[in-house]
Amino acid sequence: MNDYDKFALDGRPIHFERGQSILEAALAAGVYIPNLCHHPEFKPHGSCKLCTVKVNGRFGSACTIKAMPGQEVASDTPELNGNRRVLLQMLFVEGNHFCPGCEKSGNCKLQALAYDLEMLTPHYSHFYPVREVDASHPDIVLDFNRCIMCELCVRASRDIDGKNVFALSGRGTESHVVVNCPSGKLGDTDFSLDDKAASVCPVGAILPKRVGFAVPIGERLYDVDPISAHPVAKAKEEV
Amino acid sequence: MTTKETGLGSFLDETLKRHGDDPGRLVQILRDVQAQYGHVAQRAIEVLAERLDLPVGSVESTLDFYSFLTRQPTGAYRILFSDNITDRMLGNQAIFDHMARRLGVKRGEVTADGLASLDTTSCTGMCDQGPAILVNGMAITHMTLRRADQICELIRSKVPVAEWPSEFFRVDHNIRRADMLLGADFTSGSALRAAIEMGRDAYLAEVKRSNIRGRGGAGFTTGVKWEAARNAKGEARYIVCNADEGEPGTFKDRVLLQFYAERVFEGMALAAFVVGAKLGLVYLRGEYLYMKAGLEEKLAELRAARLLGRSILGVDGFDFDIEIHMGAGAYICGEETALIESLEGKAGRPRIRPPFPVTVGYKNQPTVVNNVETLCKATEIALHGGAWYEGFGTKQSTGTKILSVSGDVERPGIYEYPFGVRIAQVLEDAGAKNPRAVQISGAAGQCLTTREFGRRIAFEDVPTAGSFMVFGEHRDMFEVALNFAHFFQHESCGFCTPCRVGTTIQAKIMDKIAAGHGTQYEMNELQHLREVMRTASHCGLGQTAGAAIADTIARFREDYEKRLARRDFEPAFDLDAALARAREITGRDDADSRLLSDA
Repeated sequence: MNDYDKFALDGRPIHFERGQSILEAALAAGVYIPNLCHHPEFKPHGSCKLCTVKVNGRFGSACTIKAMPGQEVASDTPELNGNRRVLLQMLFVEGNHFCPGCEKSGNCKLQALAYDLEMLTPHYSHFYPVREVDASHPDIVLDFNRCIMCELCVRASRDIDGKNVFALSGRGTESHVVVNCPSGKLGDTDFSLDDKAASVCPVGAILPKRVGFAVPIGERLYDVDPISAHPVAKAKEEV
Repeated sequence: MTTKETGLGSFLDETLKRHGDDPGRLVQILRDVQAQYGHVAQRAIEVLAERLDLPVGSVESTLDFYSFLTRQPTGAYRILFSDNITDRMLGNQAIFDHMARRLGVKRGEVTADGLASLDTTSCTGMCDQGPAILVNGMAITHMTLRRADQICELIRSKVPVAEWPSEFFRVDHNIRRADMLLGADFTSGSALRAAIEMGRDAYLAEVKRSNIRGRGGAGFTTGVKWEAARNAKGEARYIVCNADEGEPGTFKDRVLLQFYAERVFEGMALAAFVVGAKLGLVYLRGEYLYMKAGLEEKLAELRAARLLGRSILGVDGFDFDIEIHMGAGAYICGEETALIESLEGKAGRPRIRPPFPVTVGYKNQPTVVNNVETLCKATEIALHGGAWYEGFGTKQSTGTKILSVSGDVERPGIYEYPFGVRIAQVLEDAGAKNPRAVQISGAAGQCLTTREFGRRIAFEDVPTAGSFMVFGEHRDMFEVALNFAHFFQHESCGFCTPCRVGTTIQAKIMDKIAAGHGTQYEMNELQHLREVMRTASHCGLGQTAGAAIADTIARFREDYEKRLARRDFEPAFDLDAALARAREITGRDDADSRLLSDA
């Protein structure tokens, strides 16, 4: 393939605009590459590693590698999907994820990806970390048991809301999101339901209070179609 | 406000003033607070956030990242045992237990009176003179039970660390083989004079001609790096000396900084001359705090001799000075972009590359990050030229390489060889006693067995940043891999999923095997996990975190297999033992209260 504005993704030609990442170009072309920490409105982060692909035989994150003419990108392969399942299992055992009792169930990207990539068990032994629930805010509840350290809330609050409500702290498995005020409680910040950061969480770590089963289980976003079905449409619906 | 808080307020005032109220110096500021109070209190966090105009969360994020910084009070005497495998082989565990008993303190805890705390830390770079410890950040070598007793006595008598016997703190260079760098006389300024005489283009051409490659491990061509930084667009340019020598088993940069500092600094000035930098930063690992004062003195001497500062050697416009930044206990900061984040006062999480530091580095400006040894080598090229330099070593790996040799050898220490030296030669020179294995380039490197001792140290064969740990025939290589697994779990920065979670799962599986509960299933799990970490991790730490395990499984499988249970699967916990508490509460101990094993 010699076109100056195309690369090959699993053998399919994908058109790209100058400056787009492989992931952005693929999603724009309607081809799904699994991802969690990516969001179209934010700079690439490259931490969840779900979008790991092989570019000309070398592993890399589709969200941080710029699309270039003639690249041969492999994504939907047994090897890469196998590794993605492991990454999902890692995220599941690292936190405390109880889907049946979670209001985000059906709208959760972690859960949706696990279904889509056919993750049948958590495989590894659970870490059962002790993490806090912060219900100090009148409108929003924080449940860090479900946090996957994607830093979307950190980025949204800093870059869009201009409030800097969240920060990632700690190191290694001690990594955790903290609320940016002396008490460390969300209720003591100017966080609001209208903030971008309030709606950007891909899992159920940041949820509005007093909302439960407004949309019944079974009719939610990823209950209807798998997350991979309509990548661009889904991204728009979420925003 | 209590008096203590008033004291804190004025201390913070002074500290902030000394650091120019610069949020970029947050790691340095937090180090000062930690040194003064033994921890960083919530009140200090709030004051620093306010005064530096940083969100509280940003201060916390930096504070919580570094092992030497703590929120909880440490003892007035904070004792940290270096826990590299080489320290273990020298018997550090018995000394640790002895001290714990004598001080009446458990690992990770503080004595009730707040006098002492005891814990372990990653390799402190004293592998040739261990077991080593740090007391309030100062390195103590050659630990013995006797020395441990003396230290306990000094602590009980509350003698300040500065008044402890100086022989405790003696750090030897142990140079066993000197070659073109370690063996040469050097006059400060001679390399700079030679380069200035040549002119910067001509000197850069010599550096490129020499084909010198970075000594930090990655082996990038130094001349190309300098040229890229020089040509990159930017408002300022920086030279960073990576002295965060954290790879377990490496200590050659410590020797270069302690005994050849003028060469290191002159190498930085040469890089600045080529690149056009005004400021250089030495990122000195926190474990090497004992060297800081001496290095500052050396810098003052060089300024006085007009080898640093304005118009160096009288050349108009050649202005360059050097600052020393201390690390605070984080292996990941040896990765150049994590190091830059740390220099900027943040947690050391590696950036996305590209862009590389040569275009977007410190303060988002073009930045050269070079290893200590590489900078020393730059002085040789200025003095003798690229063609001369290229005559040493192999075609792809020119010049000499300094190795840090430790473990089961008669003469541990520093060995400088032309690249291409065979591993067997190094082992012979160091007096290795029936070596079973050599771990080259540290925990992230590779483990070689006797069959491979004919291989050569060179980028094209066995590349290394300098660590060379030797294991005698009586050593259990599973223990080595287990030590490395815990090291990576402790040092993972936590940014990306595969490394953050993978290093912990890996350590748990290794623990399970160590406890005798491992089976073939765990062996397969380790290999699979390694592949996921290798292919999906964000930086070299995660990519290499499973390497030593994979290598030892491939070469010393018997060391694992002798621990495996003869079953297809064994749970990680003992069901019957888990019922012990219930039996105790109910006062039962009959047969029905026990789960019978199927054995």
